[in-house]
Amino acid sequence: MGLTLRDLMLVSPELALVVLALAIVLLDLVLERKRFVLAVGVAGLGVPLAAALGLWAVVADGGAEMAFHGALIVDTFALYFKLLIVGILGLLLLASADHIERFRPHQAEFVALVLLSAAGLMLLAGAADLIAVFVSLELASLPVVALVAFGKNDRSIEAGIKYLVLSGVSAAVLLYGFAFLYGATGTVRLVALDPALPTIATMLPAVADGRPFGSTAVLVGVVLATAGFGFKLSMVPFQMWTPDVYEGAPTPVAAFLATASKAAAFAIVLRLFYTALGGASAEWSIMFAVLAAVTMSVGNVVAIAQSNVKRLLGYSAIAQAGYMLIGVAAVAGGGGDPLGVQSVLFYLGGYAAMNLAAFFAVIAITNVTGDDRIEALAGMGRRSPLLALILAFALISLIGIPPTVGFMGKLFLFNAAVSADLAWLAVFGVVNSVVSAYYYMGIVRTMYMREPPELDGPGEPGRIGAPVAAWLAMGVATAGVAVLGVWPAWLLDVAGSAAGALVP
Amino acid sequence: MLTAIIVVPLAGAALVLALGRTAALARAIALSVVLVELALTGALFAAYDPAGGYSFIERADWIPALGVQYLLGVDGLSVPMVLLNGILGVAAVLSSWTVKERVREFFLWLLVLQAAVMGVFVSMDLILFFVFWELELLPMFLLISMWGTGRREYSAMKFLVFTFLGSAFMFAAILVLYFSLPDGERTFDMMALAGNGLAGAIAPAALVFGGFLIAFAVKLPIFPLHTWLPDAHTDAPTAVSVMLAGVLLKMGGYGLLRINAGLFPGELVSAAPLLAVLAVVNVLYGAVVVMRQTDLKRMVAYSSVSHMGFVVLGLASVGATTGQLSGVGLNGAALQLFTHGIITGLLFVVVGLIYERAHTRHIPDMGGMAKQMPVIAVAFLLAGFGALGLPGTAGFPAEIMVFLGGFTAYAWAAALSAFGIVLAAGYMLWAAQRTMFGPRIERWDGLRDATAVDMGAIGVLLVPMLVIGVYPRLLTDVFDAGLAPILRGFGG
Repeated sequence: MGLTLRDLMLVSPELALVVLALAIVLLDLVLERKRFVLAVGVAGLGVPLAAALGLWAVVADGGAEMAFHGALIVDTFALYFKLLIVGILGLLLLASADHIERFRPHQAEFVALVLLSAAGLMLLAGAADLIAVFVSLELASLPVVALVAFGKNDRSIEAGIKYLVLSGVSAAVLLYGFAFLYGATGTVRLVALDPALPTIATMLPAVADGRPFGSTAVLVGVVLATAGFGFKLSMVPFQMWTPDVYEGAPTPVAAFLATASKAAAFAIVLRLFYTALGGASAEWSIMFAVLAAVTMSVGNVVAIAQSNVKRLLGYSAIAQAGYMLIGVAAVAGGGGDPLGVQSVLFYLGGYAAMNLAAFFAVIAITNVTGDDRIEALAGMGRRSPLLALILAFALISLIGIPPTVGFMGKLFLFNAAVSADLAWLAVFGVVNSVVSAYYYMGIVRTMYMREPPELDGPGEPGRIGAPVAAWLAMGVATAGVAVLGVWPAWLLDVAGSAAGALVP
Repeated sequence: MLTAIIVVPLAGAALVLALGRTAALARAIALSVVLVELALTGALFAAYDPAGGYSFIERADWIPALGVQYLLGVDGLSVPMVLLNGILGVAAVLSSWTVKERVREFFLWLLVLQAAVMGVFVSMDLILFFVFWELELLPMFLLISMWGTGRREYSAMKFLVFTFLGSAFMFAAILVLYFSLPDGERTFDMMALAGNGLAGAIAPAALVFGGFLIAFAVKLPIFPLHTWLPDAHTDAPTAVSVMLAGVLLKMGGYGLLRINAGLFPGELVSAAPLLAVLAVVNVLYGAVVVMRQTDLKRMVAYSSVSHMGFVVLGLASVGATTGQLSGVGLNGAALQLFTHGIITGLLFVVVGLIYERAHTRHIPDMGGMAKQMPVIAVAFLLAGFGALGLPGTAGFPAEIMVFLGGFTAYAWAAALSAFGIVLAAGYMLWAAQRTMFGPRIERWDGLRDATAVDMGAIGVLLVPMLVIGVYPRLLTDVFDAGLAPILRGFGG
């Protein structure tokens, strides 16, 4: 069996992204006006978007399909993430138009690397065996190393090296874990449409010897794989890199890491544990419950002490990962209830909107001030009322106060936790939200209640504006936060059908 | 009708934002909005038929996957609360007439605050109730921290963290309640839950009850969760103090009656002795601390703590072990919520007027002010009479009912709390004497008396205070109707 047209059709969203990335690099050679390159990039995203939507229509009716001899699966679950990632890319490119100008003359390479990494993330969401997981993870990570170092200042390069080393170590740990899983079960297959084919899930009972997760080898494999994924998820104790890299990397890259990269990591973690290891859900549920509790507590408590807004968003990303892990842990009734997965999917969507809105506002502000300390936000309520309002609204959503998507997302996550008899974890989550209110509101307070810093020379500190494209991106993200906060049912339904592919 | 009551202040806020280019315009818009709102709430009060039970119900699916509904409704318990919020909204806008900074934003947030509180009082779905409960946090935080005085940022943050922590417990309690209900009976509908008595039958009823209790205890506030209140009151602008004492604390009392008493009668009876103790502590501790205050506003704030103890006492009266439970204690608690809202609102208005003129709230600095501002002095005295429960003011019927109920259940608690009345008489009259009477002090000679706007703010609160003092049945009949189903849960 060779490569068929059907295989190509099934990966058309990823393929379109790769083609787009190459086209941009080529266009860059012939086009004088670099702005145009970016416009092509944004417009070109329509192709993968249309492809993913088309595939959704196909698999929603006809059931999941597999490509490349079972290496990739195309189901509503994977497509949910592909759509999410394309959406994130579109907003991100719009919002970073000005920021990217700094990388002259390498703007096109920057955009192409983002697109290539995104293609890897999309493949990851649809990976159906361990090898595909590893390959797509590497495809996603390597461009990010270059992107993190794109700022070409000391901090940025340091962050790039840090990301390179830690991502390499985590990949090695992950691969080591996969080796154990393969050694124990004799297969790398996570899912198979043909019930006759062996998968990890069907092989596990045969090798079980009564230990946690079946056998010692599987246990070691799971622990190592969790550690490897923990890096991508910014899960404690593998979160160390997050604040450093967020601070050093160009802000759009940090936003990309916080939203798209994290979403895909959750996709594969959910896929691995709910399908391949679904039989051991009692064991890993408690493991993720504890990790969730530790992750959100560490993220929130350490965030309080931060004075740099990008670092703070890094710790906030850790804490938010903790909230989402609640949904991963909330596997009720032996995995028969999609509530936990559904709530994670919904939260990832809402989180993308609110976190991007926050990052975009920070990008717009720091583009002008060039200062990413929190105190530099003082007086922003007067210097740019609209940017301050957008940032404040996004932060309120990150706390989880209604009427925002952050509140709805937490409602669904905690709801799933309580329904899975993890009420203590829900209590942990709400108390953590209280802690987070302190530092998020601290930024709001700085923006509205502190006087703007003295500038050199007389006169008021200037007003801060943003390019039209950035306003558009912020408008869409903020509208998403508000609309989903008041009318969450539709995205919840979509997340429900996506979760249904994983938890029938 | 109920949607309109929530939407009018919100739309008004949008209007202020869009059109309030000048301070005068923003004020005028805000005033017209709260007047419309008062008319609406008055109409609701007039149209409500106490025999009708839950009325004006509006029901629509909101998040079908979770069974969350957009469910509004009122009964005899909530209708007076809605009216109270309508009245205080007018008082708040009138008492902010002299706000000078960022006038447009100020009225914007004030109206959002009013809308959120309205939502709390008319929501009949637990999740919707919680959404409105949380919605009030943000306007309060901004109002205190941007237009407050003194350590305003500290106080605003303290308010936020305390309230948010309390609501965290409520949030968990709501979810646990939902999932502990038997399959097929799961609902967030408070009316259904109050009717079928299933909530009290769930396994972790005590835990869920405790979660709600903590949230409402922070808000009411009940000792030892009260410490945010004096700070918030002291540093808040006048209008926000009025809203805070007038309706925000009442959200806590309303929650205790509606949810803790309405859904968990068995647990409330078990907790009654504890509540009786807390009530006594609240009343006496609050009163004693009032005595020590030299800041006029802080004094009124602590008197709130003391007076909210009476609400707790009324609630504890359901623990009566002897005789027939008459419900007079619960009714007194509900009435106390309303009357305290009016009276303390008035006190804060007057204190605000004094501060605005004298630029001090330090009691020892004042004296003889009645000579310069007789109208304000009279208002202060009348509000003080109300606060100490003088017959003829609204404070009297509420407190007498609480004591009647309290004596049948916990005579010792009622007896000790009654001492709080004596103390209240002491500190209120003493404060009036030290500020308003005594020899004329020349330093205060230039002080203006109340303007027409100030008199409006005073009048809108003074009239109901006296009307209810003379004819309390206006409210008690309505409260009776609202509390009757709750009382049935206690076998009363």
